[in-house]
Amino acid sequence: MIDLSRYGSDDPIAWCPGCGNFGILSAVKQALAELDIEPENTLFVSGIGQAAKLPHYLRCNMFNGLHGRALPVAAGARIANHDLAVIAVGGDGDGYSEGGNHFIHAMRRNLNMTYLVHDNQIYALTKGQASPTTDKLTKTGTTPWGVYGEPERPLALAVASNCSFVARGFSGDQEHLTGIIKEAITHKGFSFVDILQPCVTFNKINTFKWYSERVTKLDGSYDPRNRIKAFETALEWGDRIPIGVIFKGREGSYEEATGLASAEPLAHRGPAMDIGRLLEEFK
Amino acid sequence: MGCDIAIRIGGQAGQGLNVLSGLIGKSCLREGLWVFAFHDVMSRIRGGHNFSQLRISDTERQAPSGRVDILVCLDKNTLELHGAETDGLIVYDSAQLPGGLPAGMRLLAVPLGELAKNAGGNAKMSNAVAAGAVLALAGLSLDRLLEVLGEMFSKKSTEVVEQNRSSARAGYDHVLQNYAEHVLEGVSGVPGTRRMLITGSEAFALGAIASGIRFYSAYPMSPSTGVMEYLAARQKEYGLVVEQAEDEIAAINMAIGASFAGARAMTGTSGGGLALMVEGISLAGMTETPVVILDAQRPAPATGFPTRTEQGDLLFVVNAGHGEFARAVFAPGGARDAAEIVGKAFHLAEKYQTPVFVLGDQYLNDSSWTVERIDTREPSFARQGMLAEDELKRMAPYSYRRYALTASGVSPAILPGTPGQVSYADSDEHTEEGHITESAQIREQMVEKRLRKLEGLRAEMPPPCVFPDGKADLYLVGWGSTLGILAEATDLLRNKGMNAGYIHFTGVYPLRKDAIPDSVAQHARLIAVENNARGQFASLLKSETGVVLRGIVGKYDGRPFTPDEVARRVEELK
Repeated sequence: MIDLSRYGSDDPIAWCPGCGNFGILSAVKQALAELDIEPENTLFVSGIGQAAKLPHYLRCNMFNGLHGRALPVAAGARIANHDLAVIAVGGDGDGYSEGGNHFIHAMRRNLNMTYLVHDNQIYALTKGQASPTTDKLTKTGTTPWGVYGEPERPLALAVASNCSFVARGFSGDQEHLTGIIKEAITHKGFSFVDILQPCVTFNKINTFKWYSERVTKLDGSYDPRNRIKAFETALEWGDRIPIGVIFKGREGSYEEATGLASAEPLAHRGPAMDIGRLLEEFK
Repeated sequence: MGCDIAIRIGGQAGQGLNVLSGLIGKSCLREGLWVFAFHDVMSRIRGGHNFSQLRISDTERQAPSGRVDILVCLDKNTLELHGAETDGLIVYDSAQLPGGLPAGMRLLAVPLGELAKNAGGNAKMSNAVAAGAVLALAGLSLDRLLEVLGEMFSKKSTEVVEQNRSSARAGYDHVLQNYAEHVLEGVSGVPGTRRMLITGSEAFALGAIASGIRFYSAYPMSPSTGVMEYLAARQKEYGLVVEQAEDEIAAINMAIGASFAGARAMTGTSGGGLALMVEGISLAGMTETPVVILDAQRPAPATGFPTRTEQGDLLFVVNAGHGEFARAVFAPGGARDAAEIVGKAFHLAEKYQTPVFVLGDQYLNDSSWTVERIDTREPSFARQGMLAEDELKRMAPYSYRRYALTASGVSPAILPGTPGQVSYADSDEHTEEGHITESAQIREQMVEKRLRKLEGLRAEMPPPCVFPDGKADLYLVGWGSTLGILAEATDLLRNKGMNAGYIHFTGVYPLRKDAIPDSVAQHARLIAVENNARGQFASLLKSETGVVLRGIVGKYDGRPFTPDEVARRVEELK
């Protein structure tokens, strides 16, 4: 196991004290260390939001891009160099609203990479507006009469998309979360983890206590290969909120399908090849 | 006396106009003639009216001709639409156009379908019959066409090859037997050249492969899709990956991600798709990530004329992206330029770690151009802008600074995976390390650093092509795909006794202050010739260099200029 201190960055953390993001940061470091993945062989890609700051607090390669656009950048990077462990990180606004289309297509594309979504059911960076996962009728700065839209169920969307790996973690249970992140990173294919994360400043409903009273770990009898059961589990949201690996869908990654997996990464390939033969088509 | 004949082939979408145009074009190319083919296409898959305008000459012509010496009608509509403007012969399928034909036209009946069937083929081989008929009328031999048909259909079966050849021979013989008096004289080339007939899209794609492209991400959009399809078909063989993105936003972000991770990356689209890419362009500027962006322009706003042409995106491309950062914009003058410019674009994008644009348009991308054989490049250049090995070795562990301040504004890059170092790229304003900052001082330093690269790029821009060198009274000033049109319009004006010239820009932004020499700017009349309404390059030239053009010949009907049209409109300006 690699020493945890090797993943520490010098950048001062700008999250609120008590933020659920701290638990996720610790779990990520723990997972990388336990998996023996060197900092320089890891690339974190994020968009914009409080969650998207996470890669700054790690000593790993980072591309902190635009709001909602973490997944396509991560896809390009992973295609360019499949020797890198590529992990995209974002929030519920970033990933499910602005980047919703990319999320659907990342699941279809099925690159061997991981997507961690810090889901606090609120926009925190912009100070407390409704996100796609905010519960119905919640009043926020932009929804003074309460949210009228149906909340998105990202895990159900993922099951419907036959996503390769679908899990939910809770930032208040670091040990469990570390295990899920490790499994996600080692999974061959697109692995998606929705992480319940209390926002201590802007979400006074879905608090640490609120989540703690509801999260229920899936036990050994649960079969993540049963898609119908997984769909039901993914839709569960109430007194009981299941956490754990909810679904394992399609097998066979993009890298395997395209032959990239067994080839030299694009980033290391040599100079251009002779186009002489192509020119014959035009004579 | 040289030959210069214009052949217009009209019919419905789905009738194989491109095949017919290709058969005639390739046959003439192999005769040692110069071929130029422009395709006027409606936005539909079947029906409607499309035409190809082929030009065959024994001297270099890189422009469409407005004349029609031979009109080939694959349907009645073609005769109705183009018959009146035809100066020469009209070939029509006598089976499809029975009776009631207009008087006074030189109509040559060729029963295309019937001849194909009689020759043992089927109705689809009407194209081979028509190609044979046209070559007979042009006074050329049938041999090249037989050769081309052999190559085109050899993968199907020898039977299909023979049926097509018999059909071509039937069309050829039919003309010689019935219309020998109409056969044109003096059409001949010098066979044995190494020239190629290639579309702009194919040239862009070849240029990309020759420069070692490793990743191309795009969303299909006319007229850029030809580049994507050409690359996609050859991706395995040439070691690149072509990824169809879910939208143009994803396309540019993927290219940026791939480039950051070390793959030479490019994306392509047309104006509407580029509009979606705009925040990504700014991202490449801020994160200092090299990326090449092809914009194959088409008439806009919005969906515009999807299958037609315009040079309407210039000012958009020069300004696309929120904030201030460096970029370069190139606009090749034809297919040959197109192949070469992509390599230059990659080189500068990597050297300056910023987006570089290449502008095509429907006219450039879809037309077939005769070019001298494109040289097979030297083994491609190594990636530019990288941190030297010895500097990397001297660096303390994890001390690399992605945005280190330098005199040139370029911070040497490392790739993720470099042992003992990590790279932080950030779209927020950032420190030299790449972390988020709120510092006013760092902000100023970073803005200035990013803009210093613009001056580096400016010094690298190629000077315009000026003909003749500083001695004309009037210059046509243009950019991009109109090069051949400017050159020929200049010839036409000079033949009429006007001391005219042209100035053509391939490197359109940033411009050097002396892009147009004082000797020219002060003593000659400069007239903008642009395939847009406002004279966008004229505006850019004025803002970049202070040179004011006196007169604009614009065109925004979705069609390319012809040289005659430019010459006529320049004369009318007086």
